[in-house]
Amino acid sequence: MGRKLLLEHINVPGIHTLDIYRQKGGYRAVEKALKSLTPDEVVEEVKKSGLRGRGGAGFPTGMKWSFLAKPEGVPRYLVCNADESEPGTFKDRFLMTYIPHALIEGMIVSSFALGANTSYIYVRGEMMPQIRILEKAIAEAKAAGLLGQNILGSGYNLELYVQPGGGAYICGEETALLESLEGKRGNPRIKPPFPAIAGLYGCPTVVNNVESIAAVVPIINDGGDEYAKIGIGRSTGTKLISASGNLVKPGVYEIELGLPVEEFIYSDEYCGGIANGKRLKATVAGGSSVPILPANLTLKLANGEPRLMSYESLSEGGFATGTMLGSGGFIAFDEDQCIVRNTWNFSRFYHHESCGQCSPCREGTGWLEKVLHRLEYGHGKMSDIDLLVDVSKKIEGNTICPLGDAAAWPVASAIRHFRDEFEWHVNEPVKSQTSNYGLANYAVPIEKQVEEVKSQS
Amino acid sequence: MSDLMKVTIDGITVEVAPGTSILNAARQIGGDIVPPAMCYYSKLEGSGGKCRTCIVKVTKGSEKDPRPMPKLVASCRTTVMDGMEVQNITSPEVLEARSGVVEILLINHPLDCPICDQAGECDLQNLGYEHGLQKTRYEFERRTFERIDIGDKIQLHMNRCILCYRCVFTADQITNRRVHGILNRGDHSEISTYIQTAVDNDFSGNVIDVCPVGALTDRTFRFKNRVWFTKPVDAHRNCDHEKCTGKVTLWYKGEDVLRVTARKDQFGEVESFICNTCRFEKKATSDWTIEQPTVIPDTSVIASNHYETFKPLPVIKENLALQQANKVELEKSTKF
Repeated sequence: MGRKLLLEHINVPGIHTLDIYRQKGGYRAVEKALKSLTPDEVVEEVKKSGLRGRGGAGFPTGMKWSFLAKPEGVPRYLVCNADESEPGTFKDRFLMTYIPHALIEGMIVSSFALGANTSYIYVRGEMMPQIRILEKAIAEAKAAGLLGQNILGSGYNLELYVQPGGGAYICGEETALLESLEGKRGNPRIKPPFPAIAGLYGCPTVVNNVESIAAVVPIINDGGDEYAKIGIGRSTGTKLISASGNLVKPGVYEIELGLPVEEFIYSDEYCGGIANGKRLKATVAGGSSVPILPANLTLKLANGEPRLMSYESLSEGGFATGTMLGSGGFIAFDEDQCIVRNTWNFSRFYHHESCGQCSPCREGTGWLEKVLHRLEYGHGKMSDIDLLVDVSKKIEGNTICPLGDAAAWPVASAIRHFRDEFEWHVNEPVKSQTSNYGLANYAVPIEKQVEEVKSQS
Repeated sequence: MSDLMKVTIDGITVEVAPGTSILNAARQIGGDIVPPAMCYYSKLEGSGGKCRTCIVKVTKGSEKDPRPMPKLVASCRTTVMDGMEVQNITSPEVLEARSGVVEILLINHPLDCPICDQAGECDLQNLGYEHGLQKTRYEFERRTFERIDIGDKIQLHMNRCILCYRCVFTADQITNRRVHGILNRGDHSEISTYIQTAVDNDFSGNVIDVCPVGALTDRTFRFKNRVWFTKPVDAHRNCDHEKCTGKVTLWYKGEDVLRVTARKDQFGEVESFICNTCRFEKKATSDWTIEQPTVIPDTSVIASNHYETFKPLPVIKENLALQQANKVELEKSTKF
């Protein structure tokens, strides 16, 4: 059994209430931080822990905190990014639904470390139940003197607000989130200046993912050094993985970073293998925006070593043979799934969610989607495949925010690894129509392609 | 002079004040190395960074930190650092990425230049001419919108819009009341007024001038003439509007003033914003004091066969790479 830090008490009935949460050792971190540590010591602990941002980019949280500008007389803000909308990722929603107090405790400790007296949790608009749960939990914490004026007699004041978003994926980008929080149209800002210098209302701001903030709690409880012992290399601690797709037991799992991918998929402790006795065809390891990998490259690196669930191991080999840990949205595809259809589906999402501010993403995502739609429905041409690669290259890296990259990577990687399947869609337009709806025979040419790559590696 | 920043763009070094953007540094040098800008407008705060046509490659970050920047950057929103080295037209990577942006800008553009009033003075047309492909690879139906009349003087032709946000910034910053914004998102976004309310204030006509394409056109000039058949003349009048300088360009066809616009500099930006009275009401020669024929840059078709010719900078004569990049212009200038 891997160690559980965030989800240790997830099965305790009533853990969403303050009483049970405190009985299980909750709010120890608040007491420890506010009574015995200075804000700088808290930042130092987080730095020592090596915690990396759990929202997708993997930027060290402690470093992000230490970049925060601290001019005199200007308020500082902590904003929690709970605008989780990446297809395949649902770990934050799980955390907020079942242990809302873990997030609130983390918010108090983190706000204390950053010297913020007003903090916001920006929750995606569709998550109304979670917003109510959080508001109820905040009211409980306030009644217990854990929020508000003079928390636990330490003289530290904190107001915590939950702000529902409008349900836009782009508002998960930190500067778009801040714009939205200010009441404006959720367009990403042009950086620099970074939020650490001029963020919410022009004041220094830190934006962190729900899981990053919740992970501060065990770091303060046990110490940063203790946390850094878990995991492998620069990927320290535990990570919530939202496993979905054709798995026997999809769900949210807390893993120690460094767990072999094969064990994660096939072990009974985690996903329990591929559903209905089928074979694994491909995985998307970190939410829809990271490159898709065929089964063989998911389980093994290009040199035959086993691939591990860690920031480094998943990105081993760059984009040629690697992917990214991203936000931990692990999607598994069995042999009956159509990669072209899946790529089109992802593209459709990015087309729908592009904010329309900068031109490559606004126009390019629509173009990708239309070409993929044509391929999927049997009207494609052989030249479309190269066109897709070319268009995705023109979007990638030329946009204001990473949404452009996120739209381009799945398409480019799907063609890189599953070109045979795209070509098959062009060559067999009629056959590909029927097998899209789950007929098993189309897996045959794909399987051959997977084996081919295997023999090369 | 120590507080000036030294920046080298395509081998030409210039010293600029701290906080200057790469684009403005390039504009101080002038010539062909100035990146095209569709959305940046120096007079509008917060503009720029959206169209991505001005992307350049930073090969050396600064004297202190000589690492190159990992991605191409938008030159209009990247400030120079001391010792920075930038490649614009000397970098094939930049030119390729820029032609990609142009192609992407054009996929949903109706390409109705033959009936568009902006043709001849359209930034997108120039850009397409310089970087675009001759044939589009986009084989789908283009996005279309209904034309909207914003008041009795301005028409919004959303099909042509490239969403540069310039008119939104103008409406925000130049005019008194914000009545103009963006609806929807992604490639369905559209410029709109609040439920099609007429834009009604003294400076609203300036959105026509700032529009880089033919999306916002002057209804008093619609289909009157092609711009290259008209003769631009600088003129002024004593405008009693406190914010209006009254310095304009009159566009003549024979004896008639067909339209009045603000004066534009060589980068297509207005020198000063003018009021609607000057723009729409005063269309008689007797209203104006004529100064001189307008100097039109040679990049414009309005200047075809007259006005300025290409004067190569000394550095272009020395630098082989720049000679190659400016080959067409150099040939043109030596022909006559």
